Amino acid sequence: MSKKLRVATTSLAGCFGCHMSLLDIDERLLALLELVEFDRSPITDIKHCSPCDIGLIEGGICNAENVHVLHEFRKNCKILIAIGSCAVTGGLPAQRNHLDLGACLTEVYLTEPGLAHGHIPNDPELPLPLDKVHPLHEVVKIDYFIPGCPPSGDAIWKFLTDLIAGKTPVLGHGLIKYD
Amino acid sequence: MSDTFQLDGASIPFKAGQTVMQAALAGGHYIPHLCYHPEFKPHGSCKVCTVKVNGRTAASCTMPAEAGLSVESNIEEMNGLRRTLVQMLFAEGNHFCPSCEKSGNCTLQALGYDLEVHTAGFRHMYPDRPLDASHPDILLDFNRCILCELCVRASSEVDGKNVFSLAGRGIAKHLIVNAKSGLLKDTNIALTDKAMQVCPVGVILQKRIGFSVPIGERRYDQRPISAQALDDAPRQADASGSCTACEGTP
Repeated sequence: MSKKLRVATTSLAGCFGCHMSLLDIDERLLALLELVEFDRSPITDIKHCSPCDIGLIEGGICNAENVHVLHEFRKNCKILIAIGSCAVTGGLPAQRNHLDLGACLTEVYLTEPGLAHGHIPNDPELPLPLDKVHPLHEVVKIDYFIPGCPPSGDAIWKFLTDLIAGKTPVLGHGLIKYD
Repeated sequence: MSDTFQLDGASIPFKAGQTVMQAALAGGHYIPHLCYHPEFKPHGSCKVCTVKVNGRTAASCTMPAEAGLSVESNIEEMNGLRRTLVQMLFAEGNHFCPSCEKSGNCTLQALGYDLEVHTAGFRHMYPDRPLDASHPDILLDFNRCILCELCVRASSEVDGKNVFSLAGRGIAKHLIVNAKSGLLKDTNIALTDKAMQVCPVGVILQKRIGFSVPIGERRYDQRPISAQALDDAPRQADASGSCTACEGTP
Protein backbone atom coordinates (compact mmCIF):
# COMPACT_ATOMS: atom_id res chain seq x y z
CA MET A 1 0.00 0.00 0.00
CA SER A 2 1.27 3.45 -0.93
CA LYS A 3 2.17 5.94 1.76
CA LYS A 4 -0.75 7.92 3.18
CA LEU A 5 -1.02 11.61 2.34
CA ARG A 6 -0.45 13.97 5.26
CA VAL A 7 -3.20 16.55 5.77
CA ALA A 8 -3.13 19.57 8.09
CA THR A 9 -6.17 21.70 8.91
CA THR A 10 -6.77 24.86 10.90
CA SER A 11 -9.32 27.60 11.50
CA LEU A 12 -8.15 31.23 11.39
CA ALA A 13 -10.81 33.98 11.42
CA GLY A 14 -13.52 31.34 11.08
CA CYS A 15 -16.14 29.71 13.27
CA PHE A 16 -15.07 26.04 12.92
CA GLY A 17 -18.24 25.50 10.87
CA CYS A 18 -16.15 24.20 7.97
CA HIS A 19 -14.46 21.71 10.30
CA MET A 20 -17.93 20.62 11.47
CA SER A 21 -18.82 20.16 7.80
CA LEU A 22 -15.68 18.03 7.32
CA LEU A 23 -17.01 15.82 10.14
CA ASP A 24 -20.33 15.74 8.26
CA ILE A 25 -18.80 13.32 5.76
CA ASP A 26 -19.77 10.90 8.55
CA GLU A 27 -18.70 7.28 8.00
CA ARG A 28 -16.71 8.37 4.95
CA LEU A 29 -14.19 9.68 7.50
CA LEU A 30 -13.09 6.05 7.86
CA ALA A 31 -12.55 5.78 4.11
CA LEU A 32 -10.68 9.10 4.20
CA LEU A 33 -8.44 7.82 6.98
CA GLU A 34 -7.44 4.93 4.71
CA LEU A 35 -6.01 7.54 2.33
CA VAL A 36 -4.70 10.29 4.63
CA GLU A 37 -3.31 10.87 8.07
CA PHE A 38 -3.82 14.11 9.94
CA ASP A 39 -0.93 16.35 10.94
CA ARG A 40 -1.62 19.69 12.67
CA SER A 41 -5.40 19.87 13.11
CA PRO A 42 -8.02 20.37 15.82
CA ILE A 43 -8.67 16.64 15.28
CA THR A 44 -5.15 15.67 16.47
CA ASP A 45 -4.38 18.69 18.64
CA ILE A 46 -0.87 18.80 17.11
CA LYS A 47 0.21 22.43 17.53
CA HIS A 48 2.61 22.92 14.60
CA CYS A 49 2.81 21.73 11.01
CA SER A 50 5.39 19.29 9.74
CA PRO A 51 5.75 18.82 5.97
CA CYS A 52 2.35 17.88 4.53
CA ASP A 53 0.77 17.11 1.19
CA ILE A 54 -2.48 19.03 1.71
CA GLY A 55 -3.36 21.95 3.97
CA LEU A 56 -7.00 22.92 4.53
CA ILE A 57 -7.56 26.39 5.97
CA GLU A 58 -10.88 27.73 7.17
CA GLY A 59 -11.36 31.42 8.00
CA GLY A 60 -9.78 34.61 6.71
CA ILE A 61 -6.94 36.68 8.10
CA CYS A 62 -8.00 39.14 10.81
CA ASN A 63 -4.96 39.35 13.13
CA ALA A 64 -1.19 38.97 13.31
CA GLU A 65 -1.32 35.38 14.56
CA ASN A 66 -3.46 34.36 11.58
CA VAL A 67 -0.69 35.64 9.29
CA HIS A 68 1.97 33.55 11.09
CA VAL A 69 -0.15 30.38 10.99
CA LEU A 70 -0.97 30.91 7.31
CA HIS A 71 2.75 31.26 6.49
CA GLU A 72 3.51 28.10 8.49
CA PHE A 73 0.92 26.21 6.44
CA ARG A 74 2.18 27.61 3.13
CA LYS A 75 5.74 26.69 4.02
CA ASN A 76 4.83 23.11 4.93
CA CYS A 77 1.96 22.18 2.58
CA LYS A 78 2.47 21.20 -1.04
CA ILE A 79 -1.17 22.02 -1.80
CA LEU A 80 -2.98 24.70 0.16
CA ILE A 81 -6.77 24.86 0.02
CA ALA A 82 -8.95 27.76 1.22
CA ILE A 83 -12.16 26.23 2.54
CA GLY A 84 -15.34 28.21 3.17
CA SER A 85 -16.55 31.74 2.51
CA CYS A 86 -14.29 33.39 5.10
CA ALA A 87 -11.10 31.88 3.69
CA VAL A 88 -12.24 32.57 0.13
CA THR A 89 -13.76 36.07 0.43
CA GLY A 90 -13.08 37.25 4.00
CA GLY A 91 -16.68 36.31 4.76
CA LEU A 92 -18.66 37.62 7.68
CA PRO A 93 -15.65 39.08 9.58
CA ALA A 94 -14.77 41.12 6.47
CA GLN A 95 -18.07 42.96 6.81
CA ARG A 96 -16.17 45.27 9.16
CA ASN A 97 -13.78 46.25 6.35
CA HIS A 98 -15.55 49.46 5.39
CA LEU A 99 -15.43 50.63 9.03
CA ASP A 100 -12.54 52.12 10.98
CA LEU A 101 -11.07 49.47 13.31
CA GLY A 102 -10.63 51.94 16.18
CA ALA A 103 -14.25 53.03 15.87
CA CYS A 104 -15.36 49.36 15.90
CA LEU A 105 -13.39 48.56 19.08
CA THR A 106 -14.60 51.76 20.75
CA GLU A 107 -18.22 50.98 20.01
CA VAL A 108 -18.00 47.33 21.07
CA TYR A 109 -15.98 47.81 24.27
CA LEU A 110 -16.55 51.42 25.38
CA THR A 111 -19.65 53.19 24.15
CA GLU A 112 -22.14 50.33 23.79
CA PRO A 113 -24.84 50.72 26.49
CA GLY A 114 -24.19 48.55 29.57
CA LEU A 115 -20.40 48.79 29.37
CA ALA A 116 -19.89 51.20 32.27
CA HIS A 117 -16.36 49.99 33.04
CA GLY A 118 -15.45 48.54 29.68
CA HIS A 119 -12.00 48.81 28.16
CA ILE A 120 -10.44 47.68 24.91
CA PRO A 121 -8.64 44.36 25.60
CA ASN A 122 -4.88 44.92 25.63
CA ASP A 123 -3.42 41.75 27.13
CA PRO A 124 0.00 41.19 25.48
CA GLU A 125 -1.00 37.58 24.72
CA LEU A 126 -3.81 38.75 22.45
CA PRO A 127 -2.76 38.94 18.79
CA LEU A 128 -3.14 42.43 17.34
CA PRO A 129 -6.08 42.80 14.95
CA LEU A 130 -5.37 43.89 11.38
CA ASP A 131 -7.08 47.02 10.10
CA LYS A 132 -8.82 44.91 7.43
CA VAL A 133 -9.85 41.25 7.20
CA HIS A 134 -8.32 39.54 4.17
CA PRO A 135 -9.13 36.35 2.26
CA LEU A 136 -6.18 33.92 2.19
CA HIS A 137 -5.21 34.48 -1.44
CA GLU A 138 -4.38 38.11 -0.69
CA VAL A 139 -1.59 36.97 1.65
CA VAL A 140 -0.12 33.73 0.21
CA LYS A 141 -0.60 31.68 -2.93
CA ILE A 142 -3.64 29.42 -2.60
CA ASP A 143 -3.91 26.40 -4.88
CA TYR A 144 -7.61 25.58 -4.57
CA PHE A 145 -10.79 27.12 -3.18
CA ILE A 146 -13.90 25.39 -1.82
CA PRO A 147 -16.61 28.06 -1.43
CA GLY A 148 -19.63 27.77 0.87
CA CYS A 149 -20.75 28.82 4.34
CA PRO A 150 -19.95 26.11 5.09
CA PRO A 151 -19.37 23.91 2.04
CA SER A 152 -21.41 20.74 2.55
CA GLY A 153 -19.80 17.49 3.68
CA ASP A 154 -20.61 16.14 0.21
CA ALA A 155 -18.79 19.07 -1.44
CA ILE A 156 -15.71 18.57 0.75
CA TRP A 157 -15.77 14.83 0.09
CA LYS A 158 -16.10 15.31 -3.69
CA PHE A 159 -13.31 17.89 -3.72
CA LEU A 160 -10.87 15.87 -1.62
CA THR A 161 -11.48 12.55 -3.35
CA ASP A 162 -11.05 14.20 -6.78
CA LEU A 163 -7.82 15.78 -5.60
CA ILE A 164 -6.47 12.60 -3.97
CA ALA A 165 -7.34 10.67 -7.15
CA GLY A 166 -5.18 13.12 -9.10
CA LYS A 167 -8.10 14.77 -10.92
CA THR A 168 -8.85 18.51 -11.16
CA PRO A 169 -11.55 18.93 -8.50
CA VAL A 170 -14.94 19.94 -9.91
CA LEU A 171 -17.94 20.62 -7.67
CA GLY A 172 -20.81 21.08 -10.14
CA HIS A 173 -24.41 22.12 -9.56
CA GLY A 174 -25.74 21.47 -6.06
CA LEU A 175 -22.26 21.18 -4.51
CA ILE A 176 -20.91 24.61 -5.47
CA LYS A 177 -22.55 27.07 -3.08
CA TYR A 178 -21.54 30.50 -1.86
CA ASP A 179 -24.06 30.56 1.01
CA MET B 1 -37.07 30.13 -45.72
CA SER B 2 -35.79 32.39 -42.98
CA ASP B 3 -32.16 33.40 -42.69
CA THR B 4 -29.87 31.52 -40.36
CA PHE B 5 -26.51 31.89 -38.68
CA GLN B 6 -24.29 29.30 -37.02
CA LEU B 7 -24.01 29.15 -33.20
CA ASP B 8 -21.55 26.56 -31.86
CA GLY B 9 -22.27 24.45 -34.92
CA ALA B 10 -26.08 24.72 -34.74
CA SER B 11 -28.17 26.52 -37.33
CA ILE B 12 -30.14 29.39 -35.74
CA PRO B 13 -33.01 30.99 -37.65
CA PHE B 14 -33.70 34.69 -37.06
CA LYS B 15 -36.08 37.43 -38.04
CA ALA B 16 -34.94 40.81 -39.34
CA GLY B 17 -34.05 43.13 -36.47
CA GLN B 18 -33.25 40.37 -33.98
CA THR B 19 -29.95 40.33 -32.17
CA VAL B 20 -27.78 37.23 -31.89
CA MET B 21 -28.96 36.85 -28.25
CA GLN B 22 -32.67 37.15 -29.10
CA ALA B 23 -32.44 34.64 -31.92
CA ALA B 24 -30.35 32.22 -29.86
CA LEU B 25 -32.77 32.25 -26.90
CA ALA B 26 -35.79 31.97 -29.19
CA GLY B 27 -34.10 29.00 -30.85
CA GLY B 28 -33.50 27.27 -27.52
CA HIS B 29 -29.81 28.09 -27.14
CA TYR B 30 -28.52 29.67 -23.95
CA ILE B 31 -25.85 32.36 -24.02
CA PRO B 32 -24.83 33.44 -20.48
CA HIS B 33 -25.92 37.01 -19.73
CA LEU B 34 -26.45 39.44 -16.84
CA CYS B 35 -27.62 42.90 -17.95
CA TYR B 36 -29.74 41.61 -20.83
CA HIS B 37 -33.48 41.35 -20.21
CA PRO B 38 -35.99 40.50 -22.94
CA GLU B 39 -38.34 43.33 -22.09
CA PHE B 40 -35.80 46.12 -22.33
CA LYS B 41 -33.56 47.63 -24.93
CA PRO B 42 -30.19 45.84 -24.83
CA HIS B 43 -27.62 47.62 -22.73
CA GLY B 44 -24.42 45.81 -23.71
CA SER B 45 -22.56 46.82 -20.57
CA CYS B 46 -21.79 43.68 -18.57
CA LYS B 47 -20.15 41.88 -21.52
CA VAL B 48 -20.93 38.47 -20.00
CA CYS B 49 -22.75 37.56 -23.23
CA THR B 50 -19.64 38.19 -25.32
CA VAL B 51 -19.29 35.69 -28.16
CA LYS B 52 -16.87 35.26 -31.04
CA VAL B 53 -18.49 36.40 -34.27
CA ASN B 54 -16.47 35.49 -37.36
CA GLY B 55 -13.40 35.37 -35.11
CA ARG B 56 -13.94 38.75 -33.40
CA THR B 57 -15.51 39.29 -29.99
CA ALA B 58 -18.88 41.06 -29.71
CA ALA B 59 -21.66 41.41 -27.13
CA SER B 60 -24.36 39.05 -28.42
CA CYS B 61 -27.16 41.12 -26.85
CA THR B 62 -26.37 44.11 -29.11
CA MET B 63 -24.94 42.31 -32.15
CA PRO B 64 -27.52 42.25 -34.96
CA ALA B 65 -28.08 38.77 -36.38
CA GLU B 66 -26.96 38.39 -39.97
CA ALA B 67 -27.20 35.48 -42.37
CA GLY B 68 -24.11 33.31 -42.44
CA LEU B 69 -22.48 34.58 -39.23
CA SER B 70 -20.26 32.08 -37.47
CA VAL B 71 -20.84 32.54 -33.72
CA GLU B 72 -18.88 30.71 -31.01
CA SER B 73 -20.21 30.95 -27.46
CA ASN B 74 -19.71 27.78 -25.41
CA ILE B 75 -15.95 27.59 -25.89
CA GLU B 76 -13.30 27.74 -23.18
CA GLU B 77 -11.94 31.06 -24.43
CA MET B 78 -15.33 32.80 -24.00
CA ASN B 79 -16.22 30.98 -20.78
CA GLY B 80 -12.83 31.95 -19.34
CA LEU B 81 -13.54 35.58 -20.19
CA ARG B 82 -17.00 35.33 -18.59
CA ARG B 83 -15.46 33.76 -15.50
CA THR B 84 -13.07 36.71 -15.17
CA LEU B 85 -15.90 39.24 -15.60
CA VAL B 86 -17.96 37.53 -12.89
CA GLN B 87 -14.90 37.40 -10.61
CA MET B 88 -14.31 41.14 -11.11
CA LEU B 89 -17.93 41.89 -10.18
CA PHE B 90 -17.58 39.82 -7.01
CA ALA B 91 -14.33 41.60 -6.07
CA GLU B 92 -15.71 45.08 -6.81
CA GLY B 93 -18.82 45.01 -4.60
CA ASN B 94 -19.61 43.54 -1.20
CA HIS B 95 -21.14 40.21 -2.17
CA PHE B 96 -21.49 38.27 1.06
CA CYS B 97 -23.82 35.50 -0.11
CA PRO B 98 -24.25 33.87 3.34
CA SER B 99 -25.96 37.01 4.65
CA CYS B 100 -27.86 37.98 1.47
CA GLU B 101 -31.54 37.23 1.30
CA LYS B 102 -31.35 37.02 -2.51
CA SER B 103 -29.02 34.02 -2.28
CA GLY B 104 -30.40 31.23 -4.45
CA ASN B 105 -32.37 33.68 -6.59
CA CYS B 106 -29.37 35.76 -7.64
CA THR B 107 -28.29 35.78 -11.28
CA LEU B 108 -24.70 36.77 -10.50
CA GLN B 109 -24.36 33.91 -8.00
CA ALA B 110 -26.01 31.45 -10.39
CA LEU B 111 -23.61 32.46 -13.15
CA GLY B 112 -20.72 31.97 -10.74
CA TYR B 113 -21.99 28.47 -9.97
CA ASP B 114 -22.44 27.62 -13.63
CA LEU B 115 -18.98 28.86 -14.58
CA GLU B 116 -17.41 27.00 -11.57
CA VAL B 117 -16.09 30.26 -10.10
CA HIS B 118 -14.56 29.16 -6.80
CA THR B 119 -12.89 32.46 -5.91
CA ALA B 120 -12.99 36.11 -6.94
CA GLY B 121 -9.26 35.78 -7.52
CA PHE B 122 -8.68 39.53 -7.40
CA ARG B 123 -8.11 41.71 -4.36
CA HIS B 124 -11.53 42.49 -2.86
CA MET B 125 -12.30 46.21 -2.79
CA TYR B 126 -14.76 46.19 0.13
CA PRO B 127 -16.34 49.54 -0.80
CA ASP B 128 -18.27 51.58 1.73
CA ARG B 129 -21.86 51.74 0.47
CA PRO B 130 -24.45 52.61 3.14
CA LEU B 131 -27.93 51.09 2.91
CA ASP B 132 -31.10 53.04 2.26
CA ALA B 133 -33.77 51.61 4.59
CA SER B 134 -35.83 54.81 4.57
CA HIS B 135 -38.79 53.40 2.62
CA PRO B 136 -41.36 51.53 4.75
CA ASP B 137 -41.63 48.59 2.33
CA ILE B 138 -38.40 48.53 0.33
CA LEU B 139 -34.75 48.15 1.27
CA LEU B 140 -31.88 49.26 -0.97
CA ASP B 141 -28.57 47.48 -0.37
CA PHE B 142 -26.13 49.19 -2.71
CA ASN B 143 -23.31 46.82 -1.66
CA ARG B 144 -24.45 44.32 -4.26
CA CYS B 145 -25.10 46.65 -7.22
CA ILE B 146 -23.47 45.52 -10.48
CA LEU B 147 -24.59 48.62 -12.44
CA CYS B 148 -26.68 46.64 -14.95
CA GLU B 149 -29.16 49.54 -15.09
CA LEU B 150 -32.15 47.19 -15.27
CA CYS B 151 -33.92 49.10 -12.47
CA VAL B 152 -33.10 52.39 -14.20
CA ARG B 153 -34.53 51.08 -17.47
CA ALA B 154 -37.60 49.49 -15.82
CA SER B 155 -38.44 52.60 -13.82
CA SER B 156 -38.17 54.99 -16.73
CA GLU B 157 -39.38 52.82 -19.64
CA VAL B 158 -42.16 50.82 -17.95
CA ASP B 159 -43.11 52.58 -14.72
CA GLY B 160 -42.63 56.08 -16.15
CA LYS B 161 -41.19 57.20 -12.80
CA ASN B 162 -37.45 57.54 -13.27
CA VAL B 163 -36.71 56.58 -9.66
CA PHE B 164 -33.14 55.37 -10.28
CA SER B 165 -30.06 56.67 -12.08
CA LEU B 166 -26.38 55.93 -12.38
CA ALA B 167 -24.10 58.77 -11.28
CA GLY B 168 -20.33 59.23 -11.42
CA ARG B 169 -17.91 57.78 -13.93
CA GLY B 170 -15.49 54.88 -14.07
CA ILE B 171 -14.80 53.27 -10.71
CA ALA B 172 -16.84 56.04 -9.00
CA LYS B 173 -20.00 55.07 -10.91
CA HIS B 174 -22.84 54.17 -8.57
CA LEU B 175 -26.60 53.79 -8.35
CA ILE B 176 -28.53 56.76 -6.97
CA VAL B 177 -32.14 57.55 -6.14
CA ASN B 178 -33.68 60.47 -7.99
CA ALA B 179 -34.95 62.49 -5.03
CA LYS B 180 -33.74 65.75 -3.58
CA SER B 181 -32.91 63.96 -0.33
CA GLY B 182 -31.42 61.00 -2.24
CA LEU B 183 -33.68 58.71 -0.18
CA LEU B 184 -36.13 56.16 -1.54
CA LYS B 185 -38.88 57.27 0.84
CA ASP B 186 -39.05 60.57 -1.05
CA THR B 187 -39.88 58.90 -4.39
CA ASN B 188 -43.17 57.52 -5.70
CA ILE B 189 -41.83 53.96 -6.14
CA ALA B 190 -44.42 51.24 -5.38
CA LEU B 191 -44.14 47.52 -4.68
CA THR B 192 -46.04 46.83 -7.91
CA ASP B 193 -43.47 48.64 -10.05
CA LYS B 194 -41.48 46.80 -12.70
CA ALA B 195 -38.34 48.22 -11.09
CA MET B 196 -39.10 46.06 -8.06
CA GLN B 197 -38.92 42.86 -10.14
CA VAL B 198 -35.85 43.18 -12.28
CA CYS B 199 -32.84 43.45 -9.97
CA PRO B 200 -30.66 40.42 -10.81
CA VAL B 201 -28.81 40.69 -7.49
CA GLY B 202 -29.85 41.67 -3.96
CA VAL B 203 -30.06 45.47 -4.17
CA ILE B 204 -33.80 46.19 -4.41
CA LEU B 205 -35.55 44.09 -1.79
CA GLN B 206 -39.11 44.01 -0.54
CA LYS B 207 -39.03 44.12 3.23
CA ARG B 208 -40.41 41.33 5.44
CA ILE B 209 -40.49 38.57 2.76
CA GLY B 210 -36.77 37.79 2.60
CA PHE B 211 -36.90 34.21 3.74
CA SER B 212 -40.49 33.28 2.83
CA VAL B 213 -38.91 30.77 0.45
CA PRO B 214 -36.20 28.89 2.38
CA ILE B 215 -32.60 28.65 1.22
CA GLY B 216 -32.30 25.40 -0.69
CA GLU B 217 -35.72 25.74 -2.36
CA ARG B 218 -34.98 28.76 -4.50
CA ARG B 219 -34.84 29.22 -8.25
CA TYR B 220 -31.20 28.30 -8.83
CA ASP B 221 -31.08 25.72 -6.06
CA GLN B 222 -33.26 23.52 -8.25
CA ARG B 223 -31.47 23.70 -11.58
CA PRO B 224 -28.49 25.66 -12.94
CA ILE B 225 -29.17 28.94 -14.69
CA SER B 226 -28.10 27.48 -18.03
CA ALA B 227 -30.93 24.94 -17.78
CA GLN B 228 -33.53 27.58 -16.88
CA ALA B 229 -32.98 30.50 -19.23
CA LEU B 230 -34.58 28.49 -22.00
CA ASP B 231 -37.79 28.14 -19.97
CA ASP B 232 -38.10 31.86 -20.39
CA ALA B 233 -37.47 31.92 -24.14
CA PRO B 234 -38.69 33.80 -26.05
CA ARG B 235 -38.91 35.53 -22.71
CA GLN B 236 -41.89 37.78 -23.04
CA ALA B 237 -44.44 38.71 -20.40
CA ASP B 238 -47.48 36.43 -20.33
CA ALA B 239 -51.10 37.58 -20.30
CA SER B 240 -51.07 38.15 -16.54
CA GLY B 241 -48.21 40.57 -16.99
CA SER B 242 -45.77 38.50 -14.95
CA CYS B 243 -42.48 37.67 -16.52
CA THR B 244 -40.75 34.37 -15.93
CA ALA B 245 -37.46 36.09 -16.67
CA CYS B 246 -37.75 38.24 -13.57
CA GLU B 247 -35.59 36.15 -11.28
CA GLY B 248 -36.71 35.86 -7.70
CA THR B 249 -40.03 37.59 -8.24
CA PRO B 250 -42.42 36.44 -5.53
